[in-house]
Amino acid sequence: MDVVQLQRQLVDYRTSLYHEGFLDEQFTQLQELQDENNPHFVVEVVSLFFEDSERHLNELTTALEQQSVDFRRVDAHVHQLKGSSSSIGAQRVQQVCIAFRNYCEEQNVEGCLECLQQVKHEYSLVKTKLESMFQLEQQILTAGGSIPM
Amino acid sequence: MDGGGGCSKDMTVEFGDEPHVLAVDDNLTDRKLVEKLLKSSSCRVTTAENGLRALEYLGLANDQRNAMDGTVSKVNLIITDYCMPGMTGFELLKKIKESVLKEVPVVIMSSEYSPTRISQCLKEGAQMFMLKPLKQSDVKQLKRHLMKCSS
Repeated sequence: MDVVQLQRQLVDYRTSLYHEGFLDEQFTQLQELQDENNPHFVVEVVSLFFEDSERHLNELTTALEQQSVDFRRVDAHVHQLKGSSSSIGAQRVQQVCIAFRNYCEEQNVEGCLECLQQVKHEYSLVKTKLESMFQLEQQILTAGGSIPM
Repeated sequence: MDGGGGCSKDMTVEFGDEPHVLAVDDNLTDRKLVEKLLKSSSCRVTTAENGLRALEYLGLANDQRNAMDGTVSKVNLIITDYCMPGMTGFELLKKIKESVLKEVPVVIMSSEYSPTRISQCLKEGAQMFMLKPLKQSDVKQLKRHLMKCSS
């Protein structure tokens, strides 16, 4: 596939991610911050988000497995996850976190468990999609092209 | 978000072209973002992951000598998250405003829009309150506001 086709594929893919609500305009902010001084900024901050999120999801799983659930602990992790997903523009993850926090406030274990499943699902989706997008970007760069905005 | 005419009259800290900012946030992703946003606005940035580390950096921790001993590089602005475990951004703000560094502007960031929280912070001396997620326009506005106050 030639560079122009790859670039078009990337633009279409990216557009679909916004269209389907996986990403919001905060992700555009990240792209705008990337420059020659920091050419890998987006990948770096998204990688931190992945690292961070996986840690919180593990903690949440453990916390919700306890006999007596510590909702403050659960809420603390969801709050972090909500914050970081919001900061990188992972809209669907952020939205599940909002519902998740409501269940925490109500001390509703069932609701929390449901949200945990959902947030894991949304996280895994956005992770896969972002990784695909980064791979496509890398293909373009390797082929000697530049990443279209 | 501006405090609406809330410039401290006796601000003696110079907010020059390359201010040194201390950014405090317990969230790893947010720390990376705020650092980049500030650097893109020509700021020198030091980050801290919590209030205690921030106080230590400023030379204000309980077991430290006076911050004016010259070993701490001058900080022109402190920007801190509100919700942090241990010491909240509000508590950090209070400690700074009660210290020898009380003239250093402190900006609070939060993901929650709470008018009570905002007025509480402004009353305690915060220069500005900013809603997360932070964008480039927020940082530009912040710089403009602070440069206006220092002239």
